[in-house]
Amino acid sequence: MLAYANPQRFMELSHRVLPWLCGATAVLFAVGLYLSVTVPPDYQQGETVRIMFVHVPAAWVAMMAYGFMALASLIGLVNRHPLADVAAKEAAPLGALFTAMALITGSLWGRPMWGTYWVWDGRLTSFLLLFFLYLGYIALWNAIENEVRAARAAAVLALIGAVNLPIIEFSVQWWTTLHQGESIFRSGGPLISAVFLWPLFIMAVAYTLLFFTLLIVRIRTEILERRTRSAALGSSS
Amino acid sequence: MRAAAALLARDLRIATRAGGSAVLALAFFAAVVTLLPFGIGSDPKLLARVAGGVIWVAAVLANLLGLDRLFQADYEDGNLDLLALSPLGFEGIAAAKIVAHWLITGLPLTVIAPLLALLLNLPPSAYPALLLSLLIGTPAVSALGSAAAALTLSIRRGGLLLPLLLLPLLAPVVIFGAGAVLAQVDRVENGAIWFLAAISAVTILLSPFVTAAALRLNLSD
Repeated sequence: MLAYANPQRFMELSHRVLPWLCGATAVLFAVGLYLSVTVPPDYQQGETVRIMFVHVPAAWVAMMAYGFMALASLIGLVNRHPLADVAAKEAAPLGALFTAMALITGSLWGRPMWGTYWVWDGRLTSFLLLFFLYLGYIALWNAIENEVRAARAAAVLALIGAVNLPIIEFSVQWWTTLHQGESIFRSGGPLISAVFLWPLFIMAVAYTLLFFTLLIVRIRTEILERRTRSAALGSSS
Repeated sequence: MRAAAALLARDLRIATRAGGSAVLALAFFAAVVTLLPFGIGSDPKLLARVAGGVIWVAAVLANLLGLDRLFQADYEDGNLDLLALSPLGFEGIAAAKIVAHWLITGLPLTVIAPLLALLLNLPPSAYPALLLSLLIGTPAVSALGSAAAALTLSIRRGGLLLPLLLLPLLAPVVIFGAGAVLAQVDRVENGAIWFLAAISAVTILLSPFVTAAALRLNLSD
């Protein structure tokens, strides 16, 4: 894994992998979205069940992105690896975007189901806090000019956030809950029927691939930007 | 130990002399709480229910006031570099600063909180919970705050960024702190004070090390 952490090798490998990744993401989204709009409506939720296929995967990826960011930050701090720093930095705006998507689609679903766009329910609230954690992380990166220093400070912040997230999650759950309980990952098998499970699963993979595709594009852009900057500095002196 | 005591005594002296932040934070705390009834009305029943939450939120905001200057003044005039050379180490500096910050803001806030609770018509049975929750919770605010202050140390307008970093992380402290007070208002047992104590203990224990790491990265290179 760390062998590919060399920026040059990463550029070569990602150049070869990227077209395949883009293609796979597009195909999975096509299939997933087709299934999402063609499954029969739910007997309770009606047509609004289709929002679930864009909402739930966004929420999963939003959490995964924070985990990825924290892991990359840890590697960046411990191994002093520039590529890990860049990966963490570029994952943050994507994570914020997926969090925002989960919040927006969630509130659109909440309007017909709960009769209101927003309730101070456990998961909604902890996602709002997750969104602010992402914003703080991005703002800290942007505020510190020295790249090495910014990377380390942001990494420490990401790790503080990672330790705090379960506590925030727990405290907010304790505080109040209106949201449905876990219905997919539970012992004794999923509660929702297979008709809905398949599109959901395909959409989850599609979202995950989308995250990594965009992440690789962003990392490549950042590396090229840094090269351009150092080349410009070299030629001017 | 003597070095830590000296640093602590110096910080307390600076905070309590003219232009210090100790009195200002208290005034801010009282002003925020006073402003609330103008916003939500003066119904005594309503005020009694929100009193705990309002005092907690106002206390957290008042804690933010002096936080950005916690290390910055020493960083700018070079004192922090000298302190780093002392036998204290960064962890010792962080611990002394956290204690100083709590003595300057957290403790006075806790002491005057009952007075403000009186204005908000908090039922007498909830006073012990209010005092206890602030006494247990505000050190955690100072501790987490010092880590955020150290992270934003080298940023010129760090005071603006700091609340964004810190406030989401403080949500659990506010939830359990205010929850403990509300439990007494509603006369139920919810165990919030124990969760608050657990979170506070872990935060206080870890934050000198996190703060030290953040200070180190700002002074390196």
